[in-house]
Amino acid sequence: MMDAITKTLLEQTAGLHEIPQGAYNIRQDGKLLSRNCNEQIQIVSKQDKDGIDIIISPNTHNQSVHIPVIITQGGLNDLVYNDFYIGENCDVLIVAGCGIHNDTNQNSRHDGIHTFHIGKNAKVKYVEKHLGIGQNTGEKNLNPTTRIEMETNSCFTMETVQLGGVNYADRKTTASLQANATLVINEKILTTNQQKATTDFTVELLGDNAKVEVTSRSVAKDNSYQAFNSNIIGKAQCFGHVECDGILADHAVINSTPQISAQNVNATLVHEAAIGKISADQLIKLMTLGLTQAEAEQQIINGFLS
Amino acid sequence: MTFKRCSMKLKIMLELQHISYTVSENGRQKTILQDISLQIGDKQNVVITGQNGSGKSTLVKIIMGIIQPTSGKILFNGEDITNLSITERARKGIAFGFQQPVTFKGLKVKDLFKIILNQNFDCNECCTYLSQVGLCAKDYINRPLDTKLSGGELKRIEIATVLARQAKLNIFDEPEAGIDLWSFDNLVNIFQNQTATNIIISHQHKIILIADKVVLLNSAKIDKVGTPNEVIQFIDANKKCARLRGDK
Repeated sequence: MMDAITKTLLEQTAGLHEIPQGAYNIRQDGKLLSRNCNEQIQIVSKQDKDGIDIIISPNTHNQSVHIPVIITQGGLNDLVYNDFYIGENCDVLIVAGCGIHNDTNQNSRHDGIHTFHIGKNAKVKYVEKHLGIGQNTGEKNLNPTTRIEMETNSCFTMETVQLGGVNYADRKTTASLQANATLVINEKILTTNQQKATTDFTVELLGDNAKVEVTSRSVAKDNSYQAFNSNIIGKAQCFGHVECDGILADHAVINSTPQISAQNVNATLVHEAAIGKISADQLIKLMTLGLTQAEAEQQIINGFLS
Repeated sequence: MTFKRCSMKLKIMLELQHISYTVSENGRQKTILQDISLQIGDKQNVVITGQNGSGKSTLVKIIMGIIQPTSGKILFNGEDITNLSITERARKGIAFGFQQPVTFKGLKVKDLFKIILNQNFDCNECCTYLSQVGLCAKDYINRPLDTKLSGGELKRIEIATVLARQAKLNIFDEPEAGIDLWSFDNLVNIFQNQTATNIIISHQHKIILIADKVVLLNSAKIDKVGTPNEVIQFIDANKKCARLRGDK
């Protein structure tokens, strides 16, 4: 039986109201809580280190895999290696995410190292949410590393969201794309108080017609700090677009460091970045609809991160 | 034939008393509005017109509370609202349509309607207002209010949000800007059929003609207040005088 804290964390990080129907692997406090496999989706524990291999057979369609991680203790350092092998022609949804509930004075930390091997013509949607809860001084730290290797004609959409309450996050994402592969990354991060969040994207476009779209939206409040670093390398006739938007409030700081490297005459790479406080015009517009300034600010931030 | 709303026993909805607004520019005082006094009756269509830079947009922003006047008083249904915030004025029943509609990253058309309709979002109700401006709700409610919408679409959505507020006083700052010719007649019909009081900044002859009262601003002051014909004749006479004087 799951307790209320586990249920809340599962709901908020993986959208699960109950044990899911399809394949899943739920990890709680460094240990396996529950697992289910099926004919097309195998989940196997690693022998040499902590983690799992998720093997999805070729031509698997309309199936989902949930692999949430829940931490409910203070003073826990959880390092896990999850490798995904997505067969050719698959069309699947993978929901990960980590929720830490730490009400102690000791820090808790989860480092998830995820490696995706995406087969030819496969289509994957990957959703990852991170959340920290707890009123005491114990930190909730999350450091996700995502490596994506995409074969020809494959498509990978990654939605990564940090919902709040995470003291420190260091996100690293690297990807390499073969011909006709498409990678879409949408990142949304909210930091408050003294929180710090750093994001690094490195994407190599290796094959012709490879395409990457990275959209990062961040809201930094109070004394929090965020850094967004991206490096798109075009080595073929390819297209890359990075858009980084940040809303700043109070004494927060956001740094955006774009890097685009075109190493082929037919590579088209674009980077856009805009950071600033909420525009006065937006606030005034919503206030003319009857919202207070505070309500208008909240509405704008909710929309921005929705 | 244009329908003029009856002005018998006119109740005053909005009264501007000696409104002035000055700003400091490079160490010098610049007068944007000087001693503007005006009464606007309940359910009147009032058009404010005048050359660029005459102070029209500043005047309506002062009515909405977006700009605070340097001096003067604003009465709304007899209540002094001069020191009320934008939010308080909005809640008392003043709605405002911007000349340049504001765009948002992430907010959708339906989010604005949710705010206006107090979360009781109803697609059919949105449809009522969006169809008045020639848009199909189904196609637009889930669209983000960003620059992917054309200027004309944003402008029509802006007007629809003003209508949805069902306010006592609607202010439109150049509502015709960005509206195509086909939609323009619809726009005129909207102003004619509204049961609220409308203050419309416009340069358009057709909109001026449906007004109960036209206010002509010139160099920070009211030059003329009258019926559409009176103000148009006044403008024409001034143009003739200027020609005779050889003014450029």
